[in-house]
Amino acid sequence: MKYYSYFPGCSAEAAASPLGLSVLPVAKELDMDLAELEDWNCCGSTPFGSVDKLAAACMAARNLALAEKRGFDLVTPCSNCFVVLHSANTQLKELPRLREQVDKALAVAKLKYSGGVRVRHLAEVLYTDITPEVIGAKVTKPLKGLKVAPYYGCQLVRPNGFDDPEFPHSLDELVASLGADAVSWELKARCCGSSLVMSEPDVALELINKLLRNAQENGAQCLVTPCPLCHINLDVYQSQVNSKFKTKYNLPVLFLTQLIGVALGIPADALALSRNVVSPMRVLAPYL
Amino acid sequence: MAETMVKSPAIEVSFIDEVCSIPGGEAIRSCIQCGMCTGSCPTASRWDYPPRKAIAMVRAGLRKELLSSNSMWFCASCYTCTVRCPRDIKPADIMHALEVLAIRDGLSTKRSRTPVMYKCFVDSAKGNGRVYELGMMLKFFLRTNPFAALKMAPVGLGLFLHKRLPLKPNRIKGVGELKAILNEAKALGGAK
Repeated sequence: MKYYSYFPGCSAEAAASPLGLSVLPVAKELDMDLAELEDWNCCGSTPFGSVDKLAAACMAARNLALAEKRGFDLVTPCSNCFVVLHSANTQLKELPRLREQVDKALAVAKLKYSGGVRVRHLAEVLYTDITPEVIGAKVTKPLKGLKVAPYYGCQLVRPNGFDDPEFPHSLDELVASLGADAVSWELKARCCGSSLVMSEPDVALELINKLLRNAQENGAQCLVTPCPLCHINLDVYQSQVNSKFKTKYNLPVLFLTQLIGVALGIPADALALSRNVVSPMRVLAPYL
Repeated sequence: MAETMVKSPAIEVSFIDEVCSIPGGEAIRSCIQCGMCTGSCPTASRWDYPPRKAIAMVRAGLRKELLSSNSMWFCASCYTCTVRCPRDIKPADIMHALEVLAIRDGLSTKRSRTPVMYKCFVDSAKGNGRVYELGMMLKFFLRTNPFAALKMAPVGLGLFLHKRLPLKPNRIKGVGELKAILNEAKALGGAK
């Protein structure tokens, strides 16, 4: 058993609930003890860091302080939480004045952070600690013949990534370990527009269209991503892309943990497959 | 050096010093204007002043022009510029520093809805300790363009029908504690 502190992030409880729900049975199957950080708060996300840097650092630091009490690596399945918590962790080490101010603010709540937490992304933990080999050995329903486009998005691999920031390969290996064919496609680590989909939908829908087109042209039957924001854009907004660009995409987008779960023989219900807006049941039927 | 700088009304702080003093903005002086950031940016065509130019404007002291533009608000934080920059100046972080300054001075542009979205997000996360997506979305559309909400209604419905749009906020137990931390941060005057 490997032990971690677990930071789901706000979206895993809401708009990306299939992520939050599918992480736990998969972790159990892979002998990972993911203990949810008690009473964690929003990481601060990009908006805090764009409005007030000290408030942003404090949002992250409260979580880091809570995690430090427990003493294990802090693992999040959300690429944005990962970047934000990881960057705050680094800044608190490198910027003594910021650190001093954050210390004062945390002291009001009798909290203290000494810099002892390692922030990690769940996909990196699956790749590095659990390894594709071990996951592959536990596969009971090999996804033979399924063409999956691994979509890394941005913040899993940039700027604090464990993989190549331009041409990453870790998800390809994880997908292959499940018996599926990892589709090779050029845009696998390009931007989906993230939250601009809400404030500037024209910009984001154009980026999403490019991604879906590129994945489809390379023969993908579905995409897989670890990131909740990417998932919302590619899955939930796929119908908006179709109406804006007169396209007919019907490309299911799975969370990494959902795809792994299917191959490990975890039932569809436990993986919240029915919560994906573009239904993955058609392509997954042979394996369920 | 930049970190210990004290802002005093008697001494005029240059725009570039100001950017340098914000966490993430420190390395801007190393820019060689190669344009790798603009060439790598997936949204550059929408920026009033694309990344390379925006950085040049900081160095030229064109504070008001830049901070009241839509430029940095189109940064999607993809960090492609950051990993490609040959001088390691972290352009995405610089854009976030510019956003902080624009908000601080109330200079945010009307030509991007992102500042309003970010403020709605921050209010939501402060109020509950976690983001309440439905509340944030409604507030954002009411403040910007309620008609745009109609266009997005199918998205909201899709989320709701797939049990991905909780109707109630999820409030943490330590919400009071979090507010006290943030109030103390405010009293300290923000990261400078």
